[in-house]
Amino acid sequence: MRALRIGAALAALVLGTGVALAQAPKPTDPQIAHIAYTAGDIDVKAANLALQKSKNAQVREFATDMVRDHTAVNQQALALVKKLGVTPQDNPTSQALVKQADENRAKLSKLNGAAFDKAYVDNEVAYHKAVDSALQTTLIPSAQNAELKSLLETGLKIFQGHEQHAEKVAAALK
Amino acid sequence: MFLAAALIGAAAPAGAETITVTIEKLVFAPAQVSAHVGDTIVWDNKDFIPHTATGRNHEWDVTIAAHHSAKIELTKPGTIDYFCKIHPNMKGQITVE
Repeated sequence: MRALRIGAALAALVLGTGVALAQAPKPTDPQIAHIAYTAGDIDVKAANLALQKSKNAQVREFATDMVRDHTAVNQQALALVKKLGVTPQDNPTSQALVKQADENRAKLSKLNGAAFDKAYVDNEVAYHKAVDSALQTTLIPSAQNAELKSLLETGLKIFQGHEQHAEKVAAALK
Repeated sequence: MFLAAALIGAAAPAGAETITVTIEKLVFAPAQVSAHVGDTIVWDNKDFIPHTATGRNHEWDVTIAAHHSAKIELTKPGTIDYFCKIHPNMKGQITVE
């Protein structure tokens, strides 16, 4: 259940029923950039926690991949907004994501060993699913700038890959 | 001289080809290639993240850094399915005759 909560803000975004986007059904490009960057940053922080706590080689390898890929995507995003002269705009969806991620990380940090590994990897599966859904149904269709849309589309393929990778690690932990 | 020639011969058999598979936006292109024993496969990664070309038969496992290329020489016949370990949604196949 913990794994599901982390994706709640994104799920709300996907369903369009959340408080987050009640007043703005279509996020603007500056908001989309902020949400995408925030979602990546959250995954980097979770991965850094895993690298501090986990001794499982597969989990550590996965976490290392997450730090590297999400950092690279966010660097691309920062370079793009700079080039476009866009200032990412904080918004209720980003804030809800951060709040839930902080709570989730606090819970994860209390776990150790195999319990931590399982909770972290299950959460990664659920989180990437939620992010992929949000990208497909809301963020990509709403993006106005072609380069932003293209980066989000590449991001979606990367995160779908991570989702499959996480599922493989989750299966191996069972 | 003879030794040098033999070494060169071993490194590049007569008629051996180099086949390039481009990686762009998480796609191996072409996804399917046909080659011969002695040919070289080069993966040219145009993405800003690293990928792997990992044979399902575990015969080879190549990491291709972002904006770099990596290669293998095909040493025996067969059909090899491969994928990227980091992004398993990326798939390719090499048929070696």
